[in-house]
Amino acid sequence: MSESTHSAAADGHGHEHDLASHKKIYWAVGIALLVGTAVTVLAREWEFHSVALTITVALFIASIKAFLVAGYFMHLISEKKTVFLTLLTTAVFFVGMVGLILWSDGDLPRDSTKKTHYVP
Amino acid sequence: MEIPYTVKPRPDTGLYNAKVGIWLFLASEVMLFGAFFSAYILLRVGAPEGFWPDVATGWPHGLLNIPIGTFNTAVLIASSVTVVMAWAALKENNFPKFQKFMVFTVACALGFLTIKTFEYNEKFTHYVIRMKDGSAVTGHLNIDGHSPRFWSLKDVEEKKLEALKVEVDIPNKFRFPVGMKIPEAVHEAHKSGKHHEEKEFKVADIASLKAFVPATATFFAIYFTMTFLHGLHVLAGALVLAYFAFLGRKFWQQHPEQFTNRIEVAGLFWHFVDLVWIFLFPVVYLL
Repeated sequence: MSESTHSAAADGHGHEHDLASHKKIYWAVGIALLVGTAVTVLAREWEFHSVALTITVALFIASIKAFLVAGYFMHLISEKKTVFLTLLTTAVFFVGMVGLILWSDGDLPRDSTKKTHYVP
Repeated sequence: MEIPYTVKPRPDTGLYNAKVGIWLFLASEVMLFGAFFSAYILLRVGAPEGFWPDVATGWPHGLLNIPIGTFNTAVLIASSVTVVMAWAALKENNFPKFQKFMVFTVACALGFLTIKTFEYNEKFTHYVIRMKDGSAVTGHLNIDGHSPRFWSLKDVEEKKLEALKVEVDIPNKFRFPVGMKIPEAVHEAHKSGKHHEEKEFKVADIASLKAFVPATATFFAIYFTMTFLHGLHVLAGALVLAYFAFLGRKFWQQHPEQFTNRIEVAGLFWHFVDLVWIFLFPVVYLL
């Protein structure tokens, strides 16, 4: 049986046109991700004179890259409500978990005055 | 019995069941990696000055190979493009094209893991050597022309070595606790513009010898934990994608739409693996 007789997509001309434009977007997103990676690495050389700003810039670029992957490769920009509800629930638990973990910083055992050091 | 909703969407969710399943699974994965990222932040913020690599300036560069890490990021991005192109090829009813993209994806996954293995090995043969006078150096041991892994001072004593030849890093690749100093000879070599220099140290003068492994520093502990967990995901994803690429033809011929959906679900997992690396790379290599 010829593979071309299958109709996995099974739509007409409009579908083929949609797919062709989607494929162009996938390649464009791939290139954007590579450029984003290059910018992230180069940004390391820029002197911001602030650790907080340096971390913010790196994570901002990473967030844009993450949006591109999730939005276009994972099709989140055209996904159903069920997926968004799942992700919203995840986001709530994620923020709660990270918040609780970071909240524990400085929660030292009773009667201890400073953190212990380890010398390699 | 036929499994329901493998192709058509379920009326209440609007999705075929496998898609609901993979998104729920990815939600649990977000929590798993989220816990490790939280641990990373906590360890880094809590690291006393001088203990986290280069914490004095906030930039831990020098410990990991950034060009190799960047290349590996590009490899993973390329694989993410090809896996979605493989799915698009199935939508065009073109199985041979799907196979080509999928084989390229699997090759990228294996390439990523191979590069990571070399990176790990470099760390396992890299040492921090602390002297009894309080000074310290980093570098690779040279034992009869080869560089051993995971050695400690006990191994040196068992071999009854009196001196250790070390390819010393210039400058030091490790920020030591405040108060520890770098030997004067290393300072001199640094001034002359060298990056490595072979030096010989008397074993009697060495206080400790430790490879760049999790037990040596908090940074290595969290680095190996997070990258190894990510590597396991790459391996698992590669096995699944290879299965579809090499053994999927028959299933495609019998159930083309279900097969296409399976590829979409596997692709979602693969993109998630890429997504984790997008954050992991700047966090452990650059920041």
